[in-house]
Amino acid sequence: MSTYLIAEHKDGQLKKASLEMLSECLRQGTQPTCILLGHGALEAAAGELGKAGASKVVILEHAELASYSSEGFANALYGYLSKQSPSVIMAGASWQGKDYLPRLSAKFNAGLASDCTEFKLSGNSATVRRPVFAGKCSQAVSFSSGPAIFSVRPNVLAVGGDQSTTPQIEKVAADVGQIRAKVTEVLSSGQKKVDLTEADIIVSGGRSLKSADNFKLLFDCASVVGAAVGASRAAVDAGYAPHDMQVGQTGKTVSPKLYVACGISGAIQHLAGMRTSKVIVAINKDPEAPIFQKADYGIVGDLFEVVPHLTEELKKLKANS
Amino acid sequence: MNIIVLVKQVPDTETKIKISGDKKSIEKTDVKWVINPYDEFAIEQALKTKEQLKAGSVTVVSMGPDRVVESLRTAIAMGADNAVHVKTDQPLDSYLVGKTLAEVVKKESGQLVFTGKQGIDDDQAATFGFVAEFLNWPSASMVVKCEIAADKITVQREVEGGTRFVLQMPAPAVIAVDKGINTPRYASLPGIMKAKKKEIKTYSMSDLGMASEAIKTVSADYALPPERQAGKKLSGDAASQAKELVRLLREEAKVI
Repeated sequence: MSTYLIAEHKDGQLKKASLEMLSECLRQGTQPTCILLGHGALEAAAGELGKAGASKVVILEHAELASYSSEGFANALYGYLSKQSPSVIMAGASWQGKDYLPRLSAKFNAGLASDCTEFKLSGNSATVRRPVFAGKCSQAVSFSSGPAIFSVRPNVLAVGGDQSTTPQIEKVAADVGQIRAKVTEVLSSGQKKVDLTEADIIVSGGRSLKSADNFKLLFDCASVVGAAVGASRAAVDAGYAPHDMQVGQTGKTVSPKLYVACGISGAIQHLAGMRTSKVIVAINKDPEAPIFQKADYGIVGDLFEVVPHLTEELKKLKANS
Repeated sequence: MNIIVLVKQVPDTETKIKISGDKKSIEKTDVKWVINPYDEFAIEQALKTKEQLKAGSVTVVSMGPDRVVESLRTAIAMGADNAVHVKTDQPLDSYLVGKTLAEVVKKESGQLVFTGKQGIDDDQAATFGFVAEFLNWPSASMVVKCEIAADKITVQREVEGGTRFVLQMPAPAVIAVDKGINTPRYASLPGIMKAKKKEIKTYSMSDLGMASEAIKTVSADYALPPERQAGKKLSGDAASQAKELVRLLREEAKVI
């Protein structure tokens, strides 16, 4: 059995999702070969994998892998992995993993299971469980032929303790093949936002926010605890928030430790996107709002009054800790 | 330019999901079927591109049982020129769908493919990549802006934390669009009349050389998530509610 874990990094900084997958493999008694792609300065990321228990890290190196491309990553990975007869290949269900894994699977003539919340390694294959319908239900998936290729949702599996292993590092000159779709520019929206799918805490707003300006209330609250700000479909469709903030069936599916729903009634398609949050708080004027049926803590009240107080209380907490 | 739009028919977002008796799928009776919302943006983008280029055609393609024809007719009513139905009742996965649809694109001499970034039923977000690889075309997903000029395609894609990448690639390519790229038009009355009469081309799996192909992933054991229980409602004025909430989150839930 050969299990490969494609680790992800941003400018050499390892993504937590990679450690989550690694820890889960080790808990199941499997030592995966970790793969990093890039161009130089990946020793720190490899060391971090070692600290979490990885004994072998392969670095696929090429100048063209310094920035992400679906073709470059899929070609480099296939070039290496097709010589290893892998039985399991996993990666994080990030914007990168979701982008290159379908291509890599097609190259292997294999199937793919995306965004899994559980995996079980057994013998020469794996079975996974993944939410469908944005979490309204889930399915088990098994692989009938080819390597079992799947991506794992960040923030679901626990990171294990420090193992302090020094991994064996193998550097391989990658073959990136032909890259036709190339990044020519990176546009930043200015404010540095916490990514919704990786956030530990999300403060989310609905149509009751009444305007895009009023979302500042939520950003102020979120910034105290390093939270991301989300929005309901109603708020996005009303133009109060951009689509990349939408949580729900036609937006992002999230599972933070804490989800604070402000002025969100709890439509079925919104609940689908956030129901796996560990703790849900609802703040809503309407005591009959369906969100209260799902919330661990409910505040019946006007968000315009409650949220500023909440921000103050969180500031006090931070000041005292 | 022959533009192909890959469309999936899915249960409406308001659908309350029930599990079938054998747990191998969801209960499909009483489901209202609609065009996958992300694919509606793909149809609109294809129509816009054709209008801008002032030439070419838009062909919508969907795979599945006879009911998907209704979604194809909706797409024609919106303005698509042609529709292709790959008729099959067999179980599908991303691999089989991707490989089959790539064959359709070849047969229809497609020069550009639009599709939604993911189906809101299976949430695989994989069709675009399988199709692109089987065609050996470049691709981009989560596209929120798309400009087509001659044979050069420029797109913007969402990445994380409010960042966008600008990508350039030559045509032909597969573009998977995200919400926010456009506002899909409604079907026009003449469009609806046209859609009723329009002949829809049908392929079987064997017409596409796919008779001996099978799925590579098997799904089973569908389950509903555990119901969440309603918790505590906090009382008092806004200030004391907020104070009590922070205390509970800290001491009881231990999440902050």
